[in-house]
Amino acid sequence: MLCMSGVNDFVVRFANVNGTGSASANYLFAKSIFRMGVPVSAKNIFPSNIQGLPTWYEVRVSEKGYLGRKEGIDLMVSVNPQSIKKDISSVKTGGYFLYDSTKKLHDEFLREDIHMIGVPLMEICNREFIDPRQKQLFKNIVYVGAIAKLLNIDVTVISDLFADQFKGKEKLIAPNMKALGLGSDYIRDNYNFPLEFRVERRNLVGDAIMIDGNAAAGLGAVYGGASVVAWYPITPSTSLVSSFEDYARKLRIDPITGKNNFSIVQAEDELSAIGMAIGANWNGARSFTATSGPGLSLMSEFLGLAYYAEIPVVLVDVQRAGPSTGMPTRSQQSDLISAAYASHGDTKHVLLIPSTPTECFQMMTDSFYYAEQLQTPVIMMTDLDLGMNEHMTEPFKWDDNRKYKRGKVLSEGDLEVIKDWGRYKDIDDDGIPYRTLPATHPSKGSYFTRGSSHDEYAAYSEDSATYVRIMDRLVKKLETAKKLIPGPDFYNTTDLSETGLIYFGTSKHATEEAIDILKLEGETVDAMRIKSFPFNNRVKEFIDSHKKNICN
Amino acid sequence: MSYIKPKFAHPRLPKNPLGYTRKDYEGSISTLCAGCGHDSISASIVDACFELNIEPHKVAKMSGIGCSSKTPAYFLSNSHGFNAVHGRMPSVTTGANLGNRSMVYLGVSGDGDTASIGMGQFTHVIRRNVNMTYIVMNNGCYGLTKGQDSATADYGSVSKSGHKNTFEGIDLCLLAIELGATFVAQSFSGDKSQLIPIIKAALSHSGFSFINVISPCVTFNNNQGSTKSYDYVREHNEALSTLDFVPIKEEITTTYDHKEIKLVEMHDGSLIRLNKISPEWDPEDKLSIISAIHKSKSREEILTGLLYIDNESIELNELINTTNTPLNKLVEKQLCPGSEILESINNDLR
Repeated sequence: MLCMSGVNDFVVRFANVNGTGSASANYLFAKSIFRMGVPVSAKNIFPSNIQGLPTWYEVRVSEKGYLGRKEGIDLMVSVNPQSIKKDISSVKTGGYFLYDSTKKLHDEFLREDIHMIGVPLMEICNREFIDPRQKQLFKNIVYVGAIAKLLNIDVTVISDLFADQFKGKEKLIAPNMKALGLGSDYIRDNYNFPLEFRVERRNLVGDAIMIDGNAAAGLGAVYGGASVVAWYPITPSTSLVSSFEDYARKLRIDPITGKNNFSIVQAEDELSAIGMAIGANWNGARSFTATSGPGLSLMSEFLGLAYYAEIPVVLVDVQRAGPSTGMPTRSQQSDLISAAYASHGDTKHVLLIPSTPTECFQMMTDSFYYAEQLQTPVIMMTDLDLGMNEHMTEPFKWDDNRKYKRGKVLSEGDLEVIKDWGRYKDIDDDGIPYRTLPATHPSKGSYFTRGSSHDEYAAYSEDSATYVRIMDRLVKKLETAKKLIPGPDFYNTTDLSETGLIYFGTSKHATEEAIDILKLEGETVDAMRIKSFPFNNRVKEFIDSHKKNICN
Repeated sequence: MSYIKPKFAHPRLPKNPLGYTRKDYEGSISTLCAGCGHDSISASIVDACFELNIEPHKVAKMSGIGCSSKTPAYFLSNSHGFNAVHGRMPSVTTGANLGNRSMVYLGVSGDGDTASIGMGQFTHVIRRNVNMTYIVMNNGCYGLTKGQDSATADYGSVSKSGHKNTFEGIDLCLLAIELGATFVAQSFSGDKSQLIPIIKAALSHSGFSFINVISPCVTFNNNQGSTKSYDYVREHNEALSTLDFVPIKEEITTTYDHKEIKLVEMHDGSLIRLNKISPEWDPEDKLSIISAIHKSKSREEILTGLLYIDNESIELNELINTTNTPLNKLVEKQLCPGSEILESINNDLR
C-alpha cells in the first residue's frame, strides 16, 4: 500500500456528531501541532444544527506553510456512525481509518486498500468515567490521545494546552490527561507507531498566532475606537460581536466608575442594527454592525441613505452560501456585487476584503478611519472560513502614536470663522464635504440630514442641475476613496506571463499554492490579490497588461 | 422646497432665561396644507422648548417618512435634524442616543410611519426605554399618497372617497402602555393649552415618552364620517384632567390639598400638576388607565391628557451601564487599549 504524504505533510479529518464537544478537542489537536512549530490549518465543516447532525473537522499539516484545504485524507478519525460509509470511502489509498471498535465494524465498510485502526472509545470511557457527560466528552480526548501517539505528538505540548485552557478550573486537567493517556496507551499496546506520516518539531511558525477572523475583527473594532455596536445574531457573524463584547468587557471599563466606555445593543432585526449604527456615527461615535448575506439584503435601504446623506458607518459581512437562507454554515464569497451596489438608485460602497485574521484586525481598525474620512459606508467582506476558523496568522500590531483621525468635522471654533458653510459643499475638490455634529455650536452648523434630494446646504431640492451636481460629487468622492483604501497585492508577478490570475479573500491560500505548483511544473502565472473596492487604478493596469485573466 | 424665514427679530421680543426668543426655536415655513393639524403641533413644540428653556442646538429632531416626518424642518432650525428612512426613526434615534446621551431627542412620526411600516421599531424602542420623546401626528390616513386609510383609522371611519374602513384601528397609547412605555399621553392638535404642558413634561421625563396627537388631515380625512376630523375630535374629546407643568425649582405658591388635584414629581425634580382628576383613574396605576381607555372607547370618547407615567423609569444608557461621558466625546485614552496589551493578547494566542 502506498502513501504519498510524509513528515509534516498530511491531512487528518474528524467525523463527529454535532454538539458533542468534538470541535474543541479537534482544535486542541491542531494547536498542539502549531505549538510544535509546524504550520497547520484547521477547518470546522459543520451543519446548521445545534445537536445531532454530522459534522467534520479537517486539519492540514504543511511544512511549506500552505493553509488552504488539500484533497485526499490521510487519516480519518471516525466517531459518527451516521456518516461512516461516506467517511471510509473518502480516505485515500494507503491511508488510515481510526474508528470506535466498541462495536464490530460492518463488513460492507471494510476496505482492503487502507489501514484500519480500531480503538474501543466507548468501551474505554464507560469503564473509566462515571459521569455520563464525561463518558461522552472524554471520547474526544481519548481519540486525540490515540492519534497523538500515532503521529508522534509531544504529550507535554498537549498538557501545556490543557493548563492554558483550564486556567482557574485546574481540577479539569487531571481527568483530561487521564483520557489522553488512555488513548495513547491503547495505541502503544495494540498498534505500530508512529505512522510514516507524522509530526516532527520544527521552527516554522515564527511569532505567528492562531485566531479566527471574527475574533480578530472584534478586537480590531476595540482598537479602532468603536464605541457603539448594534447587531442582530446571524451565522456566521455572531462571534464577531461576541468578540468585541468580550474584549470590551476586559479593556473598556472605566477604572474609576466601573461603567462601560462602550455600548452594545442587540437589535430586533438587521434594519434596526444598521439604523442604530448610522445614528451613532451621525452623532460622532464610531459604530459598526456585523451581519451575513440575508442581513445585508435587509440593510440595503439604510445603506443607500448613508451613502446619499453621507454618514459614516462600518458594516462587516461575514459571507455564507446563498441565495436566500442558503447554507448558513457554509462558506461562500457571493455577496460582493450586492454589497458594492447595495440599495436602489445609483449607489456604490467602499469594500475592504481581508484574507487573514491579521488583515481582519487591521482593516477593521482602519475601516472607521475610511468611513469617517469619506463620510460613507465601509463594508468589510469576510466569509465563514475566515470568520469562524482559527487561522495561523501574523501577530497583531499597534502603533501607540496612532491617533484617531475623525475626518472633516467642524468644531465650534471652525464654525465661528467659516462664513458660508454648506453641509454638502465640495471645498477641497476631493468630493468630501465638511460635516458638523449635533450640539457643536448654539447658532451655526445645524442642518437637516435627509435621504431626499438636497442641495449643497442640505435643503430639499428637485432641481435637475443641483441633483446632477451632488451625484457627480459623490462619484468624485468614490474616486478619492481609491487613493485612500488599500491597493492590490501581487504574488510572484514577473510580468512575463500572458495569464493574469486575480483573487481575493480566503481564496488567497489555495490560489497561491496553485501558482507555486504551476511554477514547479514550469508554468509562470502573474497574480494579483484585490483588497478593496472601488478598484485601484493598478487593478485595471494589471488586467490590461495580461491577455488572459482568470478570476478566482 | 423649504422656504427660509427672514432671520430678523424684533429687539424687544421676550427672551427666556437662556436669552433665546421664541423665534430662535422656529423653523422654515411649512409646506404642508393650510390648516394641517401638524403645523399646530410644530407650533406647540416651539412653545414648549422656548418655555422649557432648552438650548436649541442640544436637541436632535428625528423623523421618518411622511407628512409628519417633514415637520422637523418647520421647528427648531438651530437643531440638527435627521429624516431617516420610512418607519426607522426609532433605530436611528437609539443609535444617536447611545452616541451622545447628553442631548434631548425629539422624534416625530406619523400613523403610517409608526403603526404600519415602523411597528417593529416602535415596539422595540419602547422596550428599551430610550430616553426620547416620540410624538405621533396621527391623522388616520396616508396624506402624501392621497388619503389611503392607515392602521390607526378607526373601524367604520369613512374616508373622503366614501370608503368605510373595515379593519380595527390600532390604539397606539394602549399598545405603548402594554409594552412598558414609561410616559404615555394623548392629545389633540387643536388644543395647545393641553398639548404644550404635555410636551414639556415628556421632554423632562427620563426614558421613553410617547405622545399620540390626533392631528386631522384637512385634505383627505376631515370629512363627515371620519373619526379623525376636527369636528369629530372636538365633539368626542374627553380630557382626563387638565394639566400644568411646573419646571424644576420653580416655587410652588398654591397649596394642593384638593382631592381632585394630583402632583407627580418627575425624575429631574419638576412637577406635573393634574387638575380635576377622576377618582377612578391614577396616572401611576397602569391597570386603571387601561380600563379607563377601554371604557372610553365604548362611549366613543377620545381620552386625552397624561395617561400614564412611571417615575421609577430607568432609561437605556443606565440599564446597560454606559459611562456618563457621552461616548462621542471619548478619546484614544479611553478607547484604545494600546500596544502592550495587544502584545499580551498575541501571546495568549500562541
